[in-house]
Amino acid sequence: MTKEIRLMKGNEALAEASIRAGLQAYFGYPITPQSEVLEYFAEQAPKRGFTVLQAESEVASINMVFGAAGAGARVMTSSSSPGISLMQEGLSYIAAGELPCLIVNVNRGGPGLGTIQPGQGDYFQSTKGGGHGDYHLIVLAPSSVQEMADFVFEGFKLAEKYRNPVMILTDGALGQMMEKVELPPEGSLPYVRPEWATTGKAATRERNIVTTLFIEPEVMEQVNIKLQKKYTEICEKEVRYETINCEDAEIVLCAYGLSARISQKAMDLAREGGIKAGIFRPITLYPYPYEILNKLAETADHFLDVEMNAGQMIEDVRLGVNGKKPVHFTGRMGGMIPDPEVIYQEIVKIVGKK
Amino acid sequence: MEENVLEGLECVYVKPDTLTDKYQHYCPGCGHGVVHKVLMEVIEELGIQDKTIGVAPVGCSVFAYNYMNVDMQEAAHGRASAVATGVKRVLPDKYVYSYQGDGDLAAIGTGETIHTVNRGENILMIFINNGIYGMTGGQMAPTSLPGQVTSTTPYGRDPKKIGYPLKITDLVANLPGAYYVTRQAVHTPNAVRKLKKAIKNSFEYQLLDRGTCFIEVVSNCPSGWKMTPVDTIKYLEEEMLPQYPLGDLKVPQNN
Repeated sequence: MTKEIRLMKGNEALAEASIRAGLQAYFGYPITPQSEVLEYFAEQAPKRGFTVLQAESEVASINMVFGAAGAGARVMTSSSSPGISLMQEGLSYIAAGELPCLIVNVNRGGPGLGTIQPGQGDYFQSTKGGGHGDYHLIVLAPSSVQEMADFVFEGFKLAEKYRNPVMILTDGALGQMMEKVELPPEGSLPYVRPEWATTGKAATRERNIVTTLFIEPEVMEQVNIKLQKKYTEICEKEVRYETINCEDAEIVLCAYGLSARISQKAMDLAREGGIKAGIFRPITLYPYPYEILNKLAETADHFLDVEMNAGQMIEDVRLGVNGKKPVHFTGRMGGMIPDPEVIYQEIVKIVGKK
Repeated sequence: MEENVLEGLECVYVKPDTLTDKYQHYCPGCGHGVVHKVLMEVIEELGIQDKTIGVAPVGCSVFAYNYMNVDMQEAAHGRASAVATGVKRVLPDKYVYSYQGDGDLAAIGTGETIHTVNRGENILMIFINNGIYGMTGGQMAPTSLPGQVTSTTPYGRDPKKIGYPLKITDLVANLPGAYYVTRQAVHTPNAVRKLKKAIKNSFEYQLLDRGTCFIEVVSNCPSGWKMTPVDTIKYLEEEMLPQYPLGDLKVPQNN
């Protein structure tokens, strides 16, 4: 199979890319707006030779992922906000056990059962831990159907390189909308079963154990130190972001995923109206691109954080800007999508000219 | 097999290589050690150490991986059968077993237990039922007996208020995904021999890929029951076995 250009829904592009990235097993549970992922895998699995299993719950799904990842397989799950909440215990175990895997959150509006419309209210849960204990997921935030596909490859690479769970944090709009997508050929991501995997104790080696229990605090502290060292390395090497028109920008719009797409339209309106607006789009939400924000704060006068929540990433924007310039906020909540015109009006209000 | 270093004495018993030399943390008289031993003897006798992956639970046997000399994973509380499902689905040619207590398998993990068997996952599930939470200090288990005094039922378990002993093995025996379901014990040498046979059969059945094998082991808890090990055997026979009668609940059909 060679490179191919197709018109696809975000969820389907992500699923197709996963198969091409050498997915060996998927465990999941239906929830809107991500059910197409499980449906796509269920249809493709017999033809293309991988395991797909509809579990009885998200709790079971994430623990099946734990088992399969511990056995060394390239494995993933996907869900949407309430289901991801149910997985938090398992994610803590997976992070503690240093098991590589991919988790996809097609974020919908919350809290509670919420709505099936797109949201970004899971930023804190995704980037700051989510479950118990000191751990981090590597979090990738696509803002197009193309990136929904690309970040699957990136996600598996990072997960296996660092033995760490990777989350693709997207939303209901990106999952449901159709765009042109270029898909890489199948088998283009090499796979080697790791030596630490529980595959049966050969006579030539000691037994392999996957555990997250370190009952002596001295040992548990050492495990934490090792994890933190890994996170530090990830922060040094794996920060990804995009900037648009920031060179001369007096105001920088800070947004990820769908908000970043919408903010581009607001930026265009501002530029047409004579305001030099730019975009800062973090691609990795963990590790967060603090340094570039700090640098942008040398030249820009204002930062406007745009999110589909009550303001969560704004805390990281403030950490990056570090008090050098004012950081403002605009956003919608509960499954509502910001209007570029409203963002533009906010820009005008902040910069004070038209 | 190690050479006999004591001259003039005949070696009559050797621990299997599939059990490590690690000192076990189980209380004196506890059934876990016996189950560990026969399980590991079976794996050695079948010569499948290199093809077996075990999954340990949360509970007293949380450290099972320290004693069982096979590749193992330690699951979250209640999720051992889901973890075992994940392992088996990506390594279908390997032997996979889960090992859980009553709180793990029949309280917090009830959903996983029912659905793992209902899917007929081709694994062996070992279920140690001693009617109490041992690890956390003797609280009521889903399998605790009516009237049983535990640290959370200080006036005895009142089924009307807090439910009846959950006979989960009877439940799973009704599921079409179950291939072999049996209830065994470790309180007498004969019971231990029967348990070993059940474990051996269950591993052999995995080659057939016909469904889940499920073995309940009615066991004791001297510390949790606050009895001497000898008294626990009497209690097990007189109180536990009438509620949890031994024997096969579902035997393999030739189909």
